[in-house]
Amino acid sequence: MGKTIDNDQVRRIGVLSRIELSDQQVQTFARQLGRIVEYFDKLNELDTDNVEPMAHALETHNVLADDVPSESLTPDQGLANAPSRDGDFFRVPKVLGDS
Amino acid sequence: MSGIAELSAIDLAAAIAAGQVGAVEATQTYLDAIEKREPRIDAFNEVLAERAMDTARSIDTRRQNARPLGPLGGVPVAVKDNLCTTDGKTTCSSRILADFQAPYTATAVQKLEDAGAVILGKTNLDEFAMGSSTENSGFKVTRNPWDTDRVPGGSSGGSAACVAAGEAAAALGSDTGGSIRQPAAFCGVVGFKPTYGRVSRLGLVAYGSSLDQIGPLTVDVPDAALLTGVIAGHDPGDSTSVAKDVPDYLGQLETPIENLRIGLPVEFYSNALEAEINAAIHKAADIYKAAGATILDVSLPHSRIDCDAHGNLSSYAVACYYIVAMAEASSNLARYDGVHYGHRTAEKVDDIIDLYSRSRAEGFGQEVKRRIMLGTYTLSSGYYDAYYNKALKVRRLIKNDFDKAFEQCDVLLCPVGPTTAFKIGEKTDDPLTMYLADIYTISVNLAGLPALALPAGLSESNLPIGMQLIGPVFSEDRILRAARMYEKASDITRFRSEMARA
Repeated sequence: MGKTIDNDQVRRIGVLSRIELSDQQVQTFARQLGRIVEYFDKLNELDTDNVEPMAHALETHNVLADDVPSESLTPDQGLANAPSRDGDFFRVPKVLGDS
Repeated sequence: MSGIAELSAIDLAAAIAAGQVGAVEATQTYLDAIEKREPRIDAFNEVLAERAMDTARSIDTRRQNARPLGPLGGVPVAVKDNLCTTDGKTTCSSRILADFQAPYTATAVQKLEDAGAVILGKTNLDEFAMGSSTENSGFKVTRNPWDTDRVPGGSSGGSAACVAAGEAAAALGSDTGGSIRQPAAFCGVVGFKPTYGRVSRLGLVAYGSSLDQIGPLTVDVPDAALLTGVIAGHDPGDSTSVAKDVPDYLGQLETPIENLRIGLPVEFYSNALEAEINAAIHKAADIYKAAGATILDVSLPHSRIDCDAHGNLSSYAVACYYIVAMAEASSNLARYDGVHYGHRTAEKVDDIIDLYSRSRAEGFGQEVKRRIMLGTYTLSSGYYDAYYNKALKVRRLIKNDFDKAFEQCDVLLCPVGPTTAFKIGEKTDDPLTMYLADIYTISVNLAGLPALALPAGLSESNLPIGMQLIGPVFSEDRILRAARMYEKASDITRFRSEMARA
């Protein structure tokens, strides 16, 4: 039955998800995620060839607001929960390499 | 006045408006109950005692000045800790938001306050509402007031437990796949998930945006009607909230529905269901029949539950739901980056990707990681069509089944979960087993329907049994009236745990 997820795949998903994983976690997740994905494969029993995908429960349309300025958060409110701040900026480690 | 804790929210509001009870007295009564019972229940992440007493005093002042108090004037209410409040923290029971202070208040909470409610505090949940037992909280395990060795259900376990334990007159929860209804059933209270779009989600921390909906947990159906009416309505801040008038849910509540047609989804009554729950719901069907309702079998083929020889359950709806919910979760939770708010790793990192990855590794619990990773997987190149798009097609089939069923009947009557409250630790080893606690509730979220859980009796081991009423979109009125018919005809009214009466 079904395909399982191997350790390399879990590492790759971890990178895409931006979640650092220890080797131990990679093994645990490979086992658990594999079982759940096998379970997902149950949907292949159903013929959905002529079925429209349904992303939303209610038919939704773009909702446009009037272009009127309104109050928003002040810089201090917006930065109040920042782990690291420099004036009115969020502070982060370097984004681009040296070379 | 004695007996404050025995009053429903409606009766308490009436007593306060009439001057028989002070808002301060009512709030103090509940704060005392919290202090006494929290060591055994752990329903609250944070109790906002000072702020609650300030609000209560202002309500009493309003009354002294003969000004209107609002439909919930002075009623102490708790809110799930994934609803933003500028008072106290908003943690989602996640370590990644352990110190987060929201810069604004959720519309639903604001509407409660505008109606005069006193916000008592923030209740525990499965981290980011991902779970069915509240054991996935990053902080603590909430216990079921009916049996403290058992879970209160989840993810709104704190909200359900605090109402069942008499620590709040009512509470708000959120429901993505059953997170209001299942804990309501486990704790013997009423839980209502309105139609998707009926209540603004502004300020509800997003998990599965096409599934999430806020709703009340209360001691009886009239209170659920009152709170739903207060929090419902269009909000320019949530473009998915629907611009549709909110009916007066209390107006017709006591009038029974004539010629009510109740459908029993045949797929739900399989060997997957505990016999006692099956019996309780068929007894409820008999009560409806005696009240003049017609009971008929209907079919929801794509919500079918299979049970193999080893007792393993499977369902298309569960597979469909978890693909959709995890995909949406992986996108929604990308915002926790250790930069804008929330936990940042204290370790030295070389670049920003390490900062993200390490902060998230430290801040998220196991279940949240599983769901983000599975969502990322099903949305990734090469798997999108096989999983995500496939699930969206099955979602349409599930919704079509409901449309067809509602051509034959007005409401569906079914279980809330396959079992009564299970023991703490019983299902934590296997994530898949836990997902199956939602087999009767998730189809409703996929289809966007309103559904209400209410008490339907007690099991032999003295645990609450819940039943569920499901209706077409925007049939809140009908569901509440149908629920009230049962509540009045049965002997369930004023159903409280022993702890709440102690």
